[in-house]
Amino acid sequence: MKTDKVQSSSEGSFTSNGAPRVFTVEHLNTLIRNLRDQGYAVIGPVVQDAAIVYDEISSSEDLPIGWIDTQSNASYRLTKRAAKTLFNFTVGPQSWKKYLHKPSVRILEAEKNGNEFAVNDAQPPAKKQAFLGVRACELHAIAIQDRVLLGGPYVDPIYAELRTNTLIVAVNCEKAGGTCFCASMGTGPRAEHGYDLALTEIRESDHHYFLIETGSALGATVLAGLPAEVASESDIQAANRVIATATHQMGRKVDMSEMKEILYRNTENPRWQDIASRCMSCANCTLVCPTCFCTTIEDTTDLRGTRAERWRKWDSCFTMEFSYIHGGSIRTSPGTRYRQWLTHKFGSWGDQFGSAGCVGCGRCITWCPVGIDVTEELKAIRDSELVEAGSIKSKE
Amino acid sequence: MRSVAKPKLAVWKFASCDGCQLSLLDCEDELLQIVGAIDIANFVEASRNVMKGPYDVSLVEGSITTPHDAERIHKVRRQSKLLITIGACATAGGIQALRNYTDVKQYASYVYSNPEFLETLNKSTPIADHVFVDFELRGCPISKAQLVETVSAFLNGRKPVTPPYSVCMECKRRGTVCVMVAHGTPCMGPVTQAGCGAICPSYHRGCYGCFGPKETPNTGALADQWKAMGITNDGIVRSFRGFNAYADAFRKESEAHEE
Ligand code: SF4
Ligand code: SF4
Ligand code: SF4
Ligand code: SF4
Repeated sequence: MKTDKVQSSSEGSFTSNGAPRVFTVEHLNTLIRNLRDQGYAVIGPVVQDAAIVYDEISSSEDLPIGWIDTQSNASYRLTKRAAKTLFNFTVGPQSWKKYLHKPSVRILEAEKNGNEFAVNDAQPPAKKQAFLGVRACELHAIAIQDRVLLGGPYVDPIYAELRTNTLIVAVNCEKAGGTCFCASMGTGPRAEHGYDLALTEIRESDHHYFLIETGSALGATVLAGLPAEVASESDIQAANRVIATATHQMGRKVDMSEMKEILYRNTENPRWQDIASRCMSCANCTLVCPTCFCTTIEDTTDLRGTRAERWRKWDSCFTMEFSYIHGGSIRTSPGTRYRQWLTHKFGSWGDQFGSAGCVGCGRCITWCPVGIDVTEELKAIRDSELVEAGSIKSKE
Repeated sequence: MRSVAKPKLAVWKFASCDGCQLSLLDCEDELLQIVGAIDIANFVEASRNVMKGPYDVSLVEGSITTPHDAERIHKVRRQSKLLITIGACATAGGIQALRNYTDVKQYASYVYSNPEFLETLNKSTPIADHVFVDFELRGCPISKAQLVETVSAFLNGRKPVTPPYSVCMECKRRGTVCVMVAHGTPCMGPVTQAGCGAICPSYHRGCYGCFGPKETPNTGALADQWKAMGITNDGIVRSFRGFNAYADAFRKESEAHEE
């Protein structure tokens, strides 16, 4: 996957910066405190309403200590175990786009004064934010949104401002969830680039510590303020074992070979109708997806007609209005809307932005209320060609 | 004397609980603006000062349940340039449309000692079944924000923003954890129109479907999932027979699970 055009505080230096270090689990708190002292709002995983979501934290006590998740189609459950693990879970319902490509933003306000009106499109200045616990798939998702929203001639200034003020502390996965398939998308489970610092949580015998890799000059500066020692060869081996565990746990996989061509060839496949009978076009899949970027614009006026506001909100290709042009919606049937989503993610995204639009995080499978599984649908479409080819052969 | 006449607004009540009219009264901050922008010409719940028609905008609350009301709604229509129905009663028949699934005479005999004096229709029906409706505002009750939005949109000559997509969209935008997926609680959100701001899931409750069916609702897919979650047919029927029991999509789904 390409990672050009990633603009961040750590621009231009995502190669590993020096030898990996180690610090004890207690020093994670020192890291959080240091970041807060430097003016960062530290955002990390926390347990809320029986799920792990992202919110501001003030110490490592706020992390989901001991919590572990079980995920499958339309099902997510948390359980607590005695082991005081900090990051032994996989991604939950929210993604970092909540903080970078926000769900609703007021993009301008206008005030009428006699025959004139004044427009104010200034945004509040972005505050410095540090993400703690960004997984490999999420690093790729952020890189994809960077390409979409910062690449090309039209840059989204709101995203750019938030992105420049974001520091990223990644965490390598020890556990892959039941709906994860980053390994087959080439986006995980190891954090390879796009971070300022990357942690691996290691628990061996009675030793609980972190291996830290540096991904940028900014990361190196942050690390310099911590009592970290140079990692030994056995620490590095231990970290590798952690990540290997996750690789072997992937709950799903996708064969991406020729996927775009297959999808383009199958616009009239009867499978879309079959999906339409199960899909509610509720849009959950698109809104939980960390790469989906579509928005709608809503204008409001006050009763006197002297003040107007324009809001930008997350939208989805599952709504009717999404494809509304003069005369009506183009995609009136839910089957065509599902086809748009799947074909965009795994096909036309490549033509547009040079990579797949999916990072294999599995959110759309877990959080679809009826458990429709993109990996299963892709396989069904792929296999339908085999069946067709097979039946043609047998007739000959 | 004013140089430009303000638009005249009337509020009408049919079979309903008054909750939607209360939403209008509840617009404390906006009410002064509303009064500044329009003449409230006929709103008996708020004022005895009634001006004669015709009216520029009529807000109609409630469903049609009596022969008398079936006549009266035509009079309202004749006096109104724009007729906007507000709430589940006016747009779908309301909770009182549960009578549509049973024998109303039998009900009446339980409640009244002399039911023969009652003049009531067998069905509770939405306003649009009787007269042409210019715009429908959903909800039980309606959302204050959507009401202000609708009134100001009409005053400013633009289309109101009342999106017909799912409650799930609002749930996800506000960052609520899905109660279906994370708690196993059945939720009407995926087939219900947005507008409330996804209040119930934020309190760990499934959506009750107050805003009625969303655009292209796939109620069958939701019912199948509930069955897989262990909900009985009876439970499914009850869920679809709430405040919008007589809305087409909900009615058909509930009938499909009747035993
Ligand atoms: S695939 Fe699932 S989450 Fe996506 S729109 Fe359909 S029912 Fe909703
Ligand atoms: S399409 Fe699904 S699995 Fe892929 S990135 Fe989006 S939410 Fe994750
Ligand atoms: S899948 Fe749909 S919502 Fe997501 S980016 Fe593509 S068009 Fe937009
Ligand atoms: S809680 Fe209900 S409304 Fe919210 S996303 Fe889940 S199914 Fe949709």
